[in-house]
This record gives sequence, structure tokens and C-alpha cells, in this order.
Amino acid sequence: MVEIGIPILSAVIFLPLVGAFFVFIFVRSHVGKQESVDNNARNVTLWVTSVNLLLSLVLLFSFDSNKNGFQFEEKISWIEGYNISYHIGIDGISLFFILLTTFLMPICILASWKSIKNQVREYMVSFLVLETLVIGVFSALDFVLFYFFFEASLIPMFLIIGIWGAEKRVYAAFKFFLYTFLGSVMLLLALIYIYFQAGTTDIPELMKIVPGFSGNEQIWLWLAFLASFAVKVPMWPVHTWLPDAHVQAPTAGSVILAGVLLKLGAYGFLRLSLPLLPYASHYFVPLIYGLSVVAVIYTSLVALMQTDIKKLIAYSSIAHMGFVTIGIFTFNRQGLEGAIFQMLSHGFVSSALFLCVGVLYDRMHTKEIAKYGGLVERMPKFALLFMVFTMASIGLPATSGFVGEFLVLTGAFIDSTTVAALAATGVILGAIYMLWLYKRVVFGKITRDELKNIWDLEKQEVIILVLLAVMVLLLGIYPNFVLGPMHLSVENLITQVSK
Amino acid sequence: MTEFIIIPALPEIFLALAIMVLVIIGVFKISHGDGKKRAFLYKLTMIFLIITGVLVFYGDHGTPEVAMGGMFILDKFAVFVKIVILAAAVFVLTMSFDTLRLKEKPCFEFSILLALSVCGMMVMVSANDLMSLYMGLELQSLSLYVMTALNRTNEKSSEAALKYFMLGALASGILLYGCSLIYGFSGTTNFTRLEAIYGSDVAGEISIGALMGLILVIVGLCFKVSAVPFHMWTPDVYEGASKQVTAFFATAPKVAALALFVRFTSQPFGGLLPEWQQVVIFVAIASMIVGSFGALAQHNIKRLIAYSSIGHAGFILIGLAAGNSEGVQASLIYMAIYMMMNIGVFACILLMKRHDEHVEKISDLSGLNRTNPMFAFVMAVLMFSMAGVPPMAGFFGKFFVLKAALHSELYGLAITGVLASVVSAYYYLRVIKIMYFDPTKDPLDKEAGRETKIVVLVAGLLNLIFFIFPAPLFDAAKLAAESLM
Repeated sequence: MVEIGIPILSAVIFLPLVGAFFVFIFVRSHVGKQESVDNNARNVTLWVTSVNLLLSLVLLFSFDSNKNGFQFEEKISWIEGYNISYHIGIDGISLFFILLTTFLMPICILASWKSIKNQVREYMVSFLVLETLVIGVFSALDFVLFYFFFEASLIPMFLIIGIWGAEKRVYAAFKFFLYTFLGSVMLLLALIYIYFQAGTTDIPELMKIVPGFSGNEQIWLWLAFLASFAVKVPMWPVHTWLPDAHVQAPTAGSVILAGVLLKLGAYGFLRLSLPLLPYASHYFVPLIYGLSVVAVIYTSLVALMQTDIKKLIAYSSIAHMGFVTIGIFTFNRQGLEGAIFQMLSHGFVSSALFLCVGVLYDRMHTKEIAKYGGLVERMPKFALLFMVFTMASIGLPATSGFVGEFLVLTGAFIDSTTVAALAATGVILGAIYMLWLYKRVVFGKITRDELKNIWDLEKQEVIILVLLAVMVLLLGIYPNFVLGPMHLSVENLITQVSK
Repeated sequence: MTEFIIIPALPEIFLALAIMVLVIIGVFKISHGDGKKRAFLYKLTMIFLIITGVLVFYGDHGTPEVAMGGMFILDKFAVFVKIVILAAAVFVLTMSFDTLRLKEKPCFEFSILLALSVCGMMVMVSANDLMSLYMGLELQSLSLYVMTALNRTNEKSSEAALKYFMLGALASGILLYGCSLIYGFSGTTNFTRLEAIYGSDVAGEISIGALMGLILVIVGLCFKVSAVPFHMWTPDVYEGASKQVTAFFATAPKVAALALFVRFTSQPFGGLLPEWQQVVIFVAIASMIVGSFGALAQHNIKRLIAYSSIGHAGFILIGLAAGNSEGVQASLIYMAIYMMMNIGVFACILLMKRHDEHVEKISDLSGLNRTNPMFAFVMAVLMFSMAGVPPMAGFFGKFFVLKAALHSELYGLAITGVLASVVSAYYYLRVIKIMYFDPTKDPLDKEAGRETKIVVLVAGLLNLIFFIFPAPLFDAAKLAAESLM
């Protein structure tokens, strides 16, 4: 690895925070110039997030995929005398989540360029703070630090849904916050228990100590972890906050929620549950399989019956995350890599789908499926791109969705044929609801007069969606781009969990 | 103990003398004066309090010192708590300058009574004898009763004062009865000698009479910290008293009484941990539950904070229930952070004015984000801090308290604690919701006193960036806790 003098990872984490501070303090309104203030806020934010994307690319290119252990490590004493430190570092798994975050952020900012009109400054600050916190979660190597970022990320998201959301935004914001908060306080208890038993909160150290805990302890701790991560993933039956949050959130809020925040839960499984509590992880495989299979099949059926496009995609998210949890708990290379790949793919695909819904909503101000139809006549570009993402969501070969689902199913097949077979029905159901959605929205004749005036994608929208489409196809055609650097980390994880 | 040492009590003695000076100045010079003159008295009080603080800080010699023939003890624990109390008092005085500019000026006695009750609290915190305990407690209580009633023209204020006085007197009576029982069955009122009988080094054997005494004293203390089931007075008194008085109520006396609670149970009766632990656990659980559910339906922000303070008292008692120095440390950390949060919230509440009149409905805050963004931001920070969401300071208080509870294997208590904190998160979020999500109705006054604004900013900032450099507070609390156990 190339030694870089500056703490590049910290820079990636805190640059958005500095940007947020700048926007908050310096971008101020003078009487009658609200518009220019808003524009400044937008521009500064776009610049900050773009620079952060470039910075994170430096991480990607100087990442050494043949090196064991964590890279770009930084360790500074934080709470002195209590063995709690500011310890960050990334491996092949977290690297791509950070990239996903930095990639989606500028897209979110662009997507909300015109649709957010009130309190633009605060909106941008919320997004920048959120970016810092999310990247912080993905790079934290100290349990307290992890929890710190993990839970703090609730605050900006709460505000994003609550201030800039749709009609029932308050209900959705509260549901989102309280559900997640309830889960994470359990994680807090588990964290504290581990802290005083092990005397440290350093994750690499804990990986050596905590697996030695007694079976009973592990089981309770694991359940406490589950309470937090399952809500975040979300797994059936604690998923009900997600459709509300998605439907009410502004488009960019949905994008970041589906694209990044849902991954925090699954990342928690990968970073904490599996390596720290291997015994309990094995013990609870049937539970996870059960919940995940229910999630895949049940939420797919629910998605089938939705009348609201956004809600349908939200339910499909839950089903896709069901694949992820199955993959994680197969404990084999195919399954784990499939799960991680599926998360990344879902990050792009669901974000893109939410953006597509956003495009429609901005024009027609409705998300009812029945209000659309025959869009292909008026919006050919949109129809094409929407098609790409629909196919990726179904898991058509050459799209990223295929690789993820295929690997997960292979991994599941090695472990249990039944689970693989049941999960595979989810793929079919997925095809049914997505294609049916596509048919109802895009094909057919324009039946409603209002739709006759709908216009096709604007330049900005084209750029965003094409970028995402390129990523989806790139990952689908050349998955090794992502799978390569994570091999070693996944191997390590497998050794750790089979202890 | 033949020689009579008074040096460790120097700060208290200084403060008591200073208060006499203040009274004289107040009666002869200020009583008919205008706002400016009153501001002078406030400033003078503040200077005296700060000098007291300096004396406290430099009077600490590391090892515990007993003074006044065994009545008074000065250790790191006392120093820590006294500094928290004095800081709270100074902050409250600072934000009270604003009230002097109102049309209807508050009585000048406010600052003197405040100093007087601070003196009582300092005695309480340093009490090493049931006599000095009672003396300090009564000195602070009597001043507080009068402070509640200061807002003479307001019916609610008088009602609250009367309620508080009746119940407070009853609680004092119960506490005194407990003291006499302890004295009767053990033959001493001195903590050091009581420790020799019931302390943690001795096998905990206690006669039923002394046990009754212990429980009665605990009941009296529970009243003072407004722990359930002795909390009924809190919402009414908070609502009735004027804002600056409530700000003081919610901070300094709470901290002092909790500190006394901690000292009384863990020092002289340390060996009886199993006996009083059950009581404390029950009280803690009940306080957290009542605190969180009681606040759900409140419309008045002061009542809301009253219930929230009941809940916080429950959390602080968790640390005590843990029954070791780690628990005491956690309680102390929580107390300091709690003081900081409440000071901030009340400074914000003092800013809630419309057409130069104080308002205190939560709905008065609606849409504040658009009319007064800085105020809304600080209030939001404080609300998140109270809910214990990182990165705010409140999170660390919760963290250490829960750690102490889990370490002592009080799992039920810890789980109740976190569940209660989820419920209470709801009403803290509701305040944020009203400020940020609701439309603006009738904006609040924008102009406010510089002093209050400074307090708001300092408190907000301390809560927000506490996480960057938290270790000094933790270390100080650790030393304080170790000096006690």
C-alpha cells in the first residue's frame, strides 16, 4: 500500500462535516436574497460531496487487496483511561460501502436540486452530517465509536423525513426514530456488557476475546445485536417502519435510506455479530433463515398488491434484504460475497428506482400506479432507463442484481436446499411484481388527459440515471471489480466465524 | 476530637457571611430601587458565588478532612458536587438578568434566597452527621419555599408554594423521625461512628428500629429528589414558580439532594447495601416509568421538564443502586451532565416570550425553526441530549449509569432504564417536531437578554461537543467516587 501522509480515511469521514459546518455558519441569508443563499448551499454541498467521492476513490486505488487485516488504520485515544479510542480502518468489505455512500451522496444532492424549495440550507446540512455519520459507521473499529455513529445517524434522517417529507411525514419520522432507537438501546446494553467483560471496545481486540464467552452469554448478546440490526435491515416482522418512511420521505431521503442506511444493519451483522459471536451466530442460523424466507416470500406478495409505486419498491427492498441476510448466514464464501454484492447492487438499483418514482412524482404529484399508464409514448428515455433498473431488480443476467442473487442462492444451496428453493420463489415473485408494475406504468395507451402533458427526462435527471445504469451494468458484467478486493476479508470472516 | 477545626468549612462560612452583607445591602439600598440596582445585587451575588467556588476548588487537599467536631466533612466527592451546584447557581443567576427587564420586576430577594439555599446545599453535601444533614436540608428547603412564592401576584405560584411547603414539611418531619430512630437505636448521629456500626467493613446487622429509621430517611430524601412515589409536588411546583426559580429547582437542589442520598446510603450504611438496594431499585424503576409516561400528555413545557427530571432522577439512582464506586461515579457524571442539560433547557424556556410576556406552552414553540433558527437548534440539541442520543452529552451519562447497573448484574433495572429512555425519547422528539415540523403560528419575541443568550449557547455547545474531550469529567467523577467508598 502506498503510505499517504495525511489521514485519508479521517478526511473522508469528516470532510462532509466540515462542509456542513461551513454551510451552517457562513451561508447566511440577507434580506431578499433567499434564492442566492439556497443556490450557494446547493453548490457548496455538491462540491463537498463530489470532492469526497474523489477522496474515497483514492481509498479504492491505494487499497491493497492482498493485504490481510485493516488498512488506513488510525488510532487516537478518545476517552483516556477507559480504553475507548477513536480507531478507524477499513477492509475489503467496508471499502465498498464507503464508496457506495460517497457515490450516492452527490446524486442525492442533484436529485433534490429543484424538488427541495424550503429550508434548503438546513436540508443540505442534514445530508452532509448524515454522510459523515454513515461513513463513520462503516469505518469504525471501536465498538463505542460504531454505536456512536450508528445511532447519531438517526438524527439527520429524522429531520429529513420530518421536515421535507410528504403529508404523513411526522408519523413516519417518529415511527422511524422510535423503532430504530428501541433496537439500538438493546445494542447499547450488549455493548456495555462486552465492554466491562472484555475491558476494551476495540473491535480487532474483541474479535480475540469475545468468541471465548460462554454459549449462554453469546446467545443473549447476539439477540441484543439482532434487536438493533434486524430493525435496521429491516427483517420481517420489524419492517413496518420502512414502507412508511420511504413513502413519506423526500426522493433523496428514500434514496439514501434504501441505498445506504439499510446496509448499516447488515453491515452490523458482518462486522459484529458474526466475528464476535460465532457460536451464537451458528446457533441462530435457522431463525435467520426462517425470518429471511418469510421476508422474501411474504413481502414479495405484499409488494404485488401495492397501489403506490414507492411503497411497492419499499417492499421489494425488504425482500431483497431478505436475500442479504440469508447470504450472510450461510457462512460460506459464495453466500457472504453474494450478500455483500447484493447489498451494493441493491444500493444502486433501489436508489435508481426511487429516483424514477421521484421523476414521476415531480411531474404528476402522485405515486398511485393507477394514475399512470402508457408513459412510453411520452417519455421514451425514461422508459428505457426504468426498464434497465426493473430488470436489475428482477435479477436479469448482465445486471448487478443477477450476480448477487445468483451467489446468494448458490451459497444457500450449499447449506440447505430447502432454503435455496424457497428463496428462489422470491426471485419469481420479484419478476412478477416488477414486470407488472412496469407494464402498468409504462406500457399501454395513455388513458388520462393529464398524462398527455408529461415531459421526458431533463438533462440533470438523465445524467443521474445514466450514471446509476452504468454502475448497475458494470457490476453485472464485471463483478470481479468488487469481488476481487473483498475475497481476503471474506476469507478472514469465514475463518473467524468458524472458530 | 478535642480541637475544633473550621478551615475545611471556609467556603460555607464565607458564603454565609456574604449573604448577610447582601441582605444588608439589599434592604437598605436596593429594596425600592429600579432594575439597574437589582442587577447590581445580582452581580454581587454572582461574584460571591464565584469566590465561594474558587475557595471550594482550592480547599481540596486530596484526603478527606473532618471539621466542626465531626459534623462536617470535606472530600473530593463534596468538592465535585459543590462545584456542580455553584455552577448551576451562577448559570441561573446569569439567565435571571433578563427577568429584571420585564415590566413586572421580580423581588430582589431572589438572588439572596438563591445564595442562601446554595449555602444550605453545600452543608448538605458535606454533612457528616445527621444534625448537619438536617440543618443543611432545612436551610435549602426553607429558602426554596420562599422562592416558589416570590411571584406573589400569581395565584398558581402561591398555590405551588403552599403545596410544596406542606409536603416538604411533611417529608422533613419523616426524615427527622428517621434520624431520631437511627439515633435511638445506634446511640450516635455521627456518620463516622455509624459507619463503624453499619459500614461496608462490618457485617451488616441491623435492628428493626434502625432499619425503620434508615427507610424513613430515604423516604425524606426521595421527596427532595422527587423520586416516585414522592414526586407529586414536582409538576405543580415547576409550573407554578417563575421560570428562573424553576430553572434553579430543576438543577441545584436536585443535585444536592442526590449527592446527600448517595453519601448517606453508601457511607454510614454501606454495609446494609442489600437492605436499601431493593428500595433504591424500586424507586429508580418507578421514577423512570412515571417520568417517561407522565410526560407524554403534557402541554406545558415546565411540566414536561418536571416529569423528565423525575425520570432523570431515576437514572441517577440506578448508579446508586449499583452500590459500588463505579456506580457513584456514574451518578456523579450523570448529575453534572443533567445540570448542564437543564440549565440549557431553562435558558431556552426563559427566552420563550411573546409581546414581552412569558409563555410556556409547548405549542408556543411551533415553527420556531423558521423564526428563530439558533434557538431551535440549541433546543433540539438539548432535547436529543436529554433523550440520550449520541453524540450529545446525555448519551455518556446514560452509558456510564447502565454500565454500572450491568456490572452489578442489575439486568432488570438496566433494561427498564433503556425502555424508559425510548418512551421518553418520544416526548423529547415531540418538542423537536413542534419546533421543526409544524407551521409557524405566532412567532416568539426575537430580542432577548444577552446573558440568557450566552447561557443558551454555552449549554448547547457543551452538550454538543462534550464528546470531543469527555475524559476530564469522567476522571474527576472517578476520584470523587473513590474518596467516598
